[in-house]
This record gives sequence, C-alpha cells and structure tokens, in this order.
Amino acid sequence: MHQQKQPIQTALCKALTLAGCIATLGQTVGAAQPASTTQHLQLKDNNWEGSLILQGVYYHSDKDDDHHEHGDEHDHDHGHGDDHDHGSHDHGNHDHGHMVTLPGFPAGSHQHSFKDGLQAGHIEAVVSGNITPHLNARVTTAMLDTDHGLEVELEEAFVESASLGYGTNIKLGRFFSDIGYLSSKHNHEWDFSDTPLVYEGMFGSHTNDDGLQFSVVAPTDTFMQFGVELFKGDKFPANDSGNTIGASSFFAKVGGDIGTDHSWQAGIGHWRAGDVNNREGALHEHPRPDGSMHSVTPEFSGDSKINTVGAVYKWAPNGNPKERNFTLQGEYFQRDEGGDIAMIETQNGSTARQFTYNGEQYGWYVQGVYQFRPHWRVGLRHDRLGSDNRLSNPDGSAVSEHALSAAGLADHGHDPKRNTVMVDYSPREYSRWRLQYNQDEHQPETDHQVILEYTHSFGSHGAHSF
Amino acid sequence: MQLRIISLGLLLSGLIWSSLGLAQAKVRVLACEPEWAALAQAVGGANVQARSATTGLQDPHYIEARPSLIAQARQADLLICTGAGLEEGWLPLLLQKSGNRRIQAGQAGHLMASDAVQLLDIPSHVDRSMGHVHAQGNPHIQIDPRRLAQVATVLMQRLVQIDLDNASDYRQQHQQFAQRWKQAIQRWEQQARPLRGQGIVVHHKSWVYLEDWLGLIQVDTLEPKPGIPPTTTHLSSLLQDLQQTPASMIVYAAYQNPQAAQWLSGKTGLPAVKLPSTVGGTAAASDLFTLFDDIIQRLQQAQASP
Repeated sequence: MHQQKQPIQTALCKALTLAGCIATLGQTVGAAQPASTTQHLQLKDNNWEGSLILQGVYYHSDKDDDHHEHGDEHDHDHGHGDDHDHGSHDHGNHDHGHMVTLPGFPAGSHQHSFKDGLQAGHIEAVVSGNITPHLNARVTTAMLDTDHGLEVELEEAFVESASLGYGTNIKLGRFFSDIGYLSSKHNHEWDFSDTPLVYEGMFGSHTNDDGLQFSVVAPTDTFMQFGVELFKGDKFPANDSGNTIGASSFFAKVGGDIGTDHSWQAGIGHWRAGDVNNREGALHEHPRPDGSMHSVTPEFSGDSKINTVGAVYKWAPNGNPKERNFTLQGEYFQRDEGGDIAMIETQNGSTARQFTYNGEQYGWYVQGVYQFRPHWRVGLRHDRLGSDNRLSNPDGSAVSEHALSAAGLADHGHDPKRNTVMVDYSPREYSRWRLQYNQDEHQPETDHQVILEYTHSFGSHGAHSF
Repeated sequence: MQLRIISLGLLLSGLIWSSLGLAQAKVRVLACEPEWAALAQAVGGANVQARSATTGLQDPHYIEARPSLIAQARQADLLICTGAGLEEGWLPLLLQKSGNRRIQAGQAGHLMASDAVQLLDIPSHVDRSMGHVHAQGNPHIQIDPRRLAQVATVLMQRLVQIDLDNASDYRQQHQQFAQRWKQAIQRWEQQARPLRGQGIVVHHKSWVYLEDWLGLIQVDTLEPKPGIPPTTTHLSSLLQDLQQTPASMIVYAAYQNPQAAQWLSGKTGLPAVKLPSTVGGTAAASDLFTLFDDIIQRLQQAQASP
C-alpha cells in the first residue's frame, strides 16, 4: 500500500513547482504513455500522468482598474479590495486578487480578474493517476501573478473511488462542486476567457471546497445521476463555519441523446451553508462632512442557500464533433441569505452598527458556441444578474439607502449585465488562440473589454467531460 | 438542515439500489465500436444484448463521453473496445463516471481487443510533433478479418467467464462463427488477389491492417500527420510525389470529410474510394460478413474504373 502510493506522492510534490512539473512532463512524455486507462491492469511506476496548461492574456478595458473596482454613482469614495488593509483578522477569502463588485451582490469572493495589458495568466499544473486499482487521484494547482506576487492556489486535490460498483463514486479532498454545469470545469475548459457573472457573484472564481462527494448513476437508459456533497464551508459564500460540515449540497443530472446528432443534459442543484460567520464584504470608506473618516467593513453571519438549474444541448452531425458542432447552454442560480450584518469599524474593530439582513440574488447566462469548420469556433454569451436585498435595524425599522450601500448590498437601481462575443482557433487539441469582446454593464456605465488569450498544454491530463 | 440533504440523497440511492435486484436476463455488452458489438452478438447469440457506443459514421477517436454513454456503461456486464489508445478521449471518463465495477480494468468485463492481437506500427518513440500517434501501435485492427477471429476467441472466453450458465452456447456459437468466418476469409482473399501490390493513398493511417492482409501498399496519407486534417500545402506536395510513386486509388473512411480525397482525385484522375471502416459505415456493410464483402467490392470497382 505504501509503496503503491509513492509515485503519486512524488507527483504531488512536483506539481507544486514549475520546474517540478516540467520534470514530471519529461517523464510522462518519455514513457510514451497516452491518457489511457487501458493499461491499468498492472500498477506501474508511471501510472500517472501530468500536464501543464499555460494561459496568457492581453487585456484591454475602457476603464482603468480603479473605476473597474467600484464605479457606483455615489458622491463619496468607496474603497476597493486592494487596500482594505484595516487590521482585521484574516478570513482567507480575499487577500489576493481583486474584489469584483457586482451591484446587489455581497462581495467577499476571491476573484481572478484581468489586469490591463499583457500577462502570463493562469497556469494550471495537473497530475493524476491511480493509487491502487480502486483509487484514483488528481491534483490541480494554479499559478498566477497578482499585484501581491506569485500566487499558487490548490484548486483540486482529491482521491476518487474507481470501482465501488452499483454506479457509485466517492470523492474525498478538495474538489470543484458539481452543483452547476460549469462548476466542475477548469479555466482552460471554459468556452470564454472569463466565467459567467453569475458564477462570480455566487461563488467567486471557483466552487471548490474541502469535503466529500457521494454520487450514484442510476441503472437506466436515460442518464440519471444524484449526488450529495459535504463541505467544510470555508469558501465564499460560506465562511468560517466552525463546524466539521459547514456547507452541503445536493445535485441531480439527467441526460441523453436524440438520434445520433443531438445530446443533452439538464441538472438541478441545491447548496446551503447554515452557519456562515463574519463573512467580510468590501470596505466602505469616505470622509464625513465634519472631516472625519467613515471607514467600516460589513460582516455577514447567518445562512446562505443557492438553488441552481441548468441545461446544455449539443449538436454534432452524425455524432462527429470534430468537423462541426454546436453547444447551447444556460444556467440560472438563485441565492437566499438571512442573518445579521455587523458594520465593523476599521479603526478599532468594534461593531458600529448591526442590521438584520434578508437578501435574494439571482442571475443567469445563456451561451452558444458554434464550431463552423475544423479548428474554428465562434461564441455568443449573455449574462444578467438581479437582486432584492433588505436590511433593517434590529428593532425592525427600515434603514437608509446609504446603509444598504455601506453594507455592500445596494444595486443602485442597476441590474448587472454583459454581452460577449468570441472567436477561437485551435490549430491542435492542445493549443488555442482566442479573441473575446465584452460589452460589460455589470456597473451602470458600459465598459468595453477586449481579451486576447492563448492556451497551450503539455503532457496529458485526461479527457474533458461532456 | 445538512441532515435533510444527506437523508434525501440516501433515500434516492436506496431506491436505485433496490431496482438492481431485478434479474437481468441477458448479458449486456457495451462495445466502443460497431464491429465489436456485431462480434459479441455473433458469438453471444440470444444470450447477449450488444450495443455500440459509436456508429459506423463516427470517428471513434473523437466522440464525447455523452450522458447516454455513461448510462450504458453503468449497466454493462462486458465492455469491449479496441484499446491501444483509440478511445483515450472518452473511455476513461465512461469508466470513471459509470461507477460500474464489472467493466473496470482487470475485471472479466473489461476487454480490449488490441490486447488479443499483434499490433502493427508500434512507434519507437512518440512526441507531439508526430501528430496523433498511438504509442501502443496502430489501433485500427478490425479491418483485418484474421485478427478479428483472434478477438472472437477471447471474447468467447470472457462470455463464458461472465455467464457460466450458458458456457456451452457460447462455445458452440463461437465454433460456428469461426467456421463460417474462415471460409469467408478464403473467399475474400481469392477475390482480392488482383489487388495485391496496388498502391493506395489513404486519408488517415487506419488501413494498415487491410494493407497487411491484402498486400496493398500505402503510398501516402492525405493527413500531413496522423489526426491533423489535410492542408493545402501537404496536398500539393502529395500531388508532386504521386508523379514519382504512382498509386491506383485514394481511400477514405465513411466518417471522414471526402473533400481532400475528391480534390486529389480531380487533380490526378485517380478514383476516390469511400470504404466502410466498420459495420454500418455504408448501407451495404450491415454485418461483419457484408462489411468485408463491401470493402472488397468497392476496391475492385475502383481498380476496374479507367
């Protein structure tokens, strides 16, 4: 048992450094093992595979970064995520990267938004393989250069059963949740350079957390899968639950074919965290008329629940997607939150005010991607968000619009939306160039964004799921 | 609150498990390609229900692990695929997502046909500059009936192992099939004798076993490298090369885009022949016997055309 684990453990260590990864790849390529599970009969030293996925981006936005951060039309200045250094304790959610402010959506998520100009973006190192014939493992680390230096994020690190039987699978460790269609996809699998706004608003950049997933596929001709996930609950929109299981989810997926040309999948999901503690929002800071500074950060404690529904339809003539194919997908997420919001003074950490909070946020996207000839695809996407947040004083009386704004929950009468068009060219399976344009109205004023992105991968990291 | 979700999940999985108690009368075979479904049906007869994950008009390299295929893999008692990396883009996902223990590697229900035969084109080394090359060797073995007969034997043994109650049926049906098949091979070899030594240009290197069997000679490929679609530069250089080493026909599979083959045919006057690479590739190739009948007939027609 210990001997069998050795290659994977070595792999894990190596995956954490760039140089290590290249060494990993060298071995994989040298051993000439393709991404095949047909050779699992005997356990070999090289029964794992590694890959490194390089993404780079040239990004141009009409707005400079500062505007991008807040940009609501209040006459005083709201601070932004990068300088909310107010000596509060670390909740681990947003110490790096930008805070993307979506009006009406509580901030607090860790978000990898683009910086203007050229940047060697998101680099994924993936190592996977089988530990025993009954246990597979996969580790995905992402590296990116931020304003705070090189950031390494452990996106996934899990072991997964390979042969429990009866259609069941158990996954243990850190993994991407399956409650949405895109939720389990890595950046390089996205059809657009950025994630739909609703994913940013609901979960931040990724839906990963530490925990356990149990799923079962029904023995039916129509694909039916049910799953339960139990999470530690430390990732946005959960925070610091203090419980062993701080968040949980349930999902169901159905799918099938219509003839040889059409296939589909639909799913629903429910995610909840019953014990969210001190989830920090964005710093609210401006000078008062008397010249003193008003500087507070909202902290939410309570429960958060998300419902998801989504569907994907794919078309490929004769079931051959290589020449031409079309994918249409859409998802709708809705979140209910209830609890208290404490406004924490930057200066002394004391609670300036306390509100009762009942909020609803929702959003959807629809996208279509058409491969009109080998290697070439075009895509369109529409994003839209909305919210209905209510704050009241502990005695039940209504609060001012300013208080709602200070709590980071005001939508200022604006429903965020975005239109996206992209074209990409993949000369090889492991090489892709993409040009994308966003007409981004997540803030009231429209921002025009142009993204030029390349994605190249070395090694093999297994096939992409439907 | 978390408990409610857990119990809901457990309830649902309980319901599914209880439905497993229903006895399955037939051995369910999921074949990755139509030829193995046809072979399983021929050897398994009435005791077997065989389905194929792909059709004769699909490129088995590049299909998706669709939900319907996961559902089929979930229920299969025996999985038979080509292996040698042909299905690497989707089979690992089916195996993982199906949660079906019976068809996992190492089990009796996991059969890779390429393990039962000697492969050709085994590269001494593989790197990406070579295109889509299979490290274990060329996987397109189904197009040699002699190798197919070897797979039939292993398939029979697996069916015996999985469904011992009907072992004598499988042995008997296999014997009958092997007998008929041997006679058919003799007939095909007879018919195809005039094709021996003919040069062919192929779209993809998927006919090496046919070439090996019938003595055809592969002059060149339309793809510049395996899995890389034909380019105009490659086709023009191919056109020049053909003046040095002549060929007598251009061969492409039913699932491949015929444009490149037709373009070259227009430039050279060589006939472009669409061949079924498996059962269902053409209307005439409705089973394993008619598959090879049709292949040889189409080759003969091309040879006869001026």
